Amino acid sequence: MDDISISIKDRKGKIHSVSAPTDMAMNLMELVRSYEIEEEGTIGTCGGMAMCASCQCYILSAHQIKEMEDDEEAMLSEAFFVKDNSRLSCQISITKDLDGLEFEIAPAS
Amino acid sequence: MIKTDILIIGAGPTGLFTVFEAGLLKMKCHLIDALAQPGGQCAEIYPKKPIYDIPGFPEILAGELVDNLMNQCKQFEPGFTLGERADKFKKLDDGTFIVTTNKGTKHHAKIIAIAGGLGSFEPRKPILENLQRYEDNGVNYIIKDPQKFKNKSVVIAGGGDSALDWTIYLADICKSVTLVHRRNEFRGALDSVDKVIELKNKNKVNVITPAEIIKLHGKEKLEKLTIKINNDLEKEISTDFFIPLFGLSPKLGPLSEWGLEIEKNAIKVDTFDYQTNIPGIFAIGDINTYKGKLKLILCGFHEATLMCQSAYKILNPGKNLILKYTTVSGVQGFDGTKKEAEKAVVKSINS
Repeated sequence: MDDISISIKDRKGKIHSVSAPTDMAMNLMELVRSYEIEEEGTIGTCGGMAMCASCQCYILSAHQIKEMEDDEEAMLSEAFFVKDNSRLSCQISITKDLDGLEFEIAPAS
Repeated sequence: MIKTDILIIGAGPTGLFTVFEAGLLKMKCHLIDALAQPGGQCAEIYPKKPIYDIPGFPEILAGELVDNLMNQCKQFEPGFTLGERADKFKKLDDGTFIVTTNKGTKHHAKIIAIAGGLGSFEPRKPILENLQRYEDNGVNYIIKDPQKFKNKSVVIAGGGDSALDWTIYLADICKSVTLVHRRNEFRGALDSVDKVIELKNKNKVNVITPAEIIKLHGKEKLEKLTIKINNDLEKEISTDFFIPLFGLSPKLGPLSEWGLEIEKNAIKVDTFDYQTNIPGIFAIGDINTYKGKLKLILCGFHEATLMCQSAYKILNPGKNLILKYTTVSGVQGFDGTKKEAEKAVVKSINS
């Protein structure tokens, strides 16, 4: 079994516990879209290139996530509603060590 | 009034390929795009990124793909209305359409093909109280006429190429230019960053980092800004203009008020020919939705090709149409050019 469990708090505050595959080279933004948790067209509009910040999320659990690369950090520096635990969900790949991860989708801007 | 057979809204890859497919069927196209150059997202957002799933191209840069598509369709002499957004449409009694842009340019066509991608790119606005009050009254998101800022004081916010480029440009004509960014690092072409550093060292521009604008002040118009520096110190500075340059984000915008059936922020179409609920208006590429839709450039090309067959029948009622292969028929441009395969040489061995 290559799936892990992830908890996603949507923009309205509802929590979705979903199963996420670790063998499909998917990222967290794609996971949100695959479960249609947010309206299509409001998340991941650049397709996952760290170029739009529409997939910004807040990491709620204490998981160790790989550090930001320059493009993600730069995009977040121009985004709105940014907090200390902000990340671009398109830049976080779904890997086994993320089992039990909890994150919240940032407001649309 | 601009007249054409097919009015294409959106000059991205799908819109550009529509010009080619329509041209093969002798239909003329005109394109409207909110951006200043053709190519859509490929040209505006990721021209230097490689694309690996264009059939026949193991790898091609998005910008190169746009250049190729422009080259491929140029013999069909498309018209362009660039830097304008298609705002309103009206269906006339004869079934044709008038589309008017936000700048008042009118276009007349029998067919509309909406190839608007994710929508038109609108500036991303910072979240500031009273921002709307000062829009066009000291706050500008787009610089249309730089001379407007001549001998004025300007504060630019942002950390990307456009913030850097305008800082450099306006340094020459403004009384003062202040660039404010939330980080010390800028995300832009290295020579632009170097140039801004040089201007800063010569005291020609002020650069305040890490900092952000948190308040706008002024009675009739913008007069002052509050800047929060290093997440701590608040400072007020007087300015005539504030130009936030935080990039663009796509919005369906006025198209959502055309009476088209919308689902998931996209336009619903019939997969027979990608026509919308309004006869004569088609939607192709990323802007449409149907069961099984995939937002891929190659799917946009397919949709454009099928759409043109129906468009031909609307423009030429009663005329039968048969698919022609370019290998067989060649390509005859509206500009008088003709491309065709060379005839094979036939020669008898025993002669």
